[in-house]
Amino acid sequence: MRLALPLLVAVAVLFLVSLLTGPAEIGLGRSLAALFAGGEDPVALVMRDIRLPRALLAVMIGASLGLSGAAMQGYLRNPLAEPGLIGVSGSAALGAVLAIQTGLAATFALGLPLAALAGALGGVLLVMALAGPRGTSLTLILGGIAVSSLAGALTALVLNLSPNPFAASEIVFWMMGSLADRSMTHVWLALPLMVVGWALLAGLGRGLDALILGEDAAQAMGIDMARLRLMLVVGTACVVGAGTAVAGAIGFVGLVVPHMLRPLVGAHPGRLLWASALGGAAMVLLADIAVRVILPDRDLKLGVLTALVGAPLFLHLILRLRRERI
Amino acid sequence: MTLVAILVLAMAPMAAAEQTESPPPSDAAPGRVVSMNLCTDLLAMLLAGEGQLWSVSQMSLDPMVSPLVEEARGHEINHGRAEEIFLMRPDLVLANTLSPRSTVAMLERLGIRVEQFAPASTLEDVRDRIMQMGRVLGREEAAQALLARFDARLEALEADEGPRPRAVIYHANGYVSGRGSLSGDILDRAGFENAAHAAGYDSGQVMPLEVLALTDPDLVVTARTYPGGSRSEEVLSHPVVRAFRAGRAGAVIEDQSWVCGTPFVLDAVEDLAEVRRRIAVREGE
Repeated sequence: MRLALPLLVAVAVLFLVSLLTGPAEIGLGRSLAALFAGGEDPVALVMRDIRLPRALLAVMIGASLGLSGAAMQGYLRNPLAEPGLIGVSGSAALGAVLAIQTGLAATFALGLPLAALAGALGGVLLVMALAGPRGTSLTLILGGIAVSSLAGALTALVLNLSPNPFAASEIVFWMMGSLADRSMTHVWLALPLMVVGWALLAGLGRGLDALILGEDAAQAMGIDMARLRLMLVVGTACVVGAGTAVAGAIGFVGLVVPHMLRPLVGAHPGRLLWASALGGAAMVLLADIAVRVILPDRDLKLGVLTALVGAPLFLHLILRLRRERI
Repeated sequence: MTLVAILVLAMAPMAAAEQTESPPPSDAAPGRVVSMNLCTDLLAMLLAGEGQLWSVSQMSLDPMVSPLVEEARGHEINHGRAEEIFLMRPDLVLANTLSPRSTVAMLERLGIRVEQFAPASTLEDVRDRIMQMGRVLGREEAAQALLARFDARLEALEADEGPRPRAVIYHANGYVSGRGSLSGDILDRAGFENAAHAAGYDSGQVMPLEVLALTDPDLVVTARTYPGGSRSEEVLSHPVVRAFRAGRAGAVIEDQSWVCGTPFVLDAVEDLAEVRRRIAVREGE
């Protein structure tokens, strides 16, 4: 609980800063007033239709990535598990791109997030099958590399085959992610699946705590391992699928956040879940503020910043795992 | 669409008449011409003599960008590749200055004359391109006639005075057209103030959605979206852009009359001028 308050305050402050960051220079009081007061004036349009959905999506997607990273690491007992690294985000992006290019997304509103969910589900199942039930770090990462390169290649192929002249240049969006020019439509598109996924992942706490003692002990304590795995797989696919469908694949959030918060919550994977959700929201908000401050008039991708933080940490974790094995 | 059809119909008989009257191409005029770029395709189809234009690029068959699809069907189609163009044994190849350098260099090495046309960025450039095409095809008289019709129509369109509403041309990914671009000049000639330019954004620059909202233009001109869907074009249907189109004048760029420096740009000027008159009428009410 001592951790909850600072994290909540951080998310709230960053949310506010995100609302106040943008190329249109609007005063603090005026912009907040426009957010709540009615009216059709341009400032209200900027606050409600441009900045609010952007900040909301950053919170939703950040929470999703932090939560699913913590859940996967708890279940696989492997600090390298993360939806971006093991190809779940990439597979979700493939599903989303297919929905857009086949016209499914245009004919049926929820077609986009549902197709991304299907892609993510395929990705999780494939990686877990490749890594095996007691997969080592090595098999997990190798399986993840295979799945993410395959998904990335297929995404690029679909975009290159598209009749739309802009599609091929969007490979970088699907691989790096961005929240530029999103609207409330995207919030409503992502929210239903995310709520389902959050509920499933939040219910994993007790099972993950028990799993520290090993699978046999967990089963002896009455944890249904098959059900736990199903909740993890479907929950992860829901949150990552919905997030990727509207913002592209944003990597490393699910790796960095649980790693930083783990020492603070002690050896409780269950407690790490909600802490990582808050931490993830703060990290994506921060990254999204940074891309707007660093290059205000260009769309710097979020994944660039998260990878700059995340990739060195990933290397550090690999080196540590290697030492421990020796 | 109808405007394009009218223009084509208006030009076709005249072009036919010129073809029968004018003598067959002299020794200097190339007898077998291949065009490998949409913009040179269009100008060549408007100006070439009977049987002079052998092949046009496949872009000419795409109704999204080509106003002369029917005309293009009567020619061989090329894909802008050096090998296929060489095998057509052309006397002259028409290319854009932005056509792949390697292709142009290869054709020149093979001893084929290549004439390159710079993309037009003003209506004045369009006039130059018409004359350039007339010169390289040996069809100066046809070019003079086309230019005279172009000037007359432009003068008629510009004679229309009135208040100048503020407009932004908003492309996929939030790019705007400023001064010194063909679409910016079309906007200017149609009697609009370029609000993007006034806000400090010029061609090739991205005007953030927020800035567009605060600029509060009278008109947002957007490009028609291509099939297949893309995230780049999603910004054109963002609620903020939609809000500017709802209850206000909206105009869509039909690439076929906006994209190339050909006489068809006057269709775009005419369409926009019509939108301006509607704005003026509404504000007068």
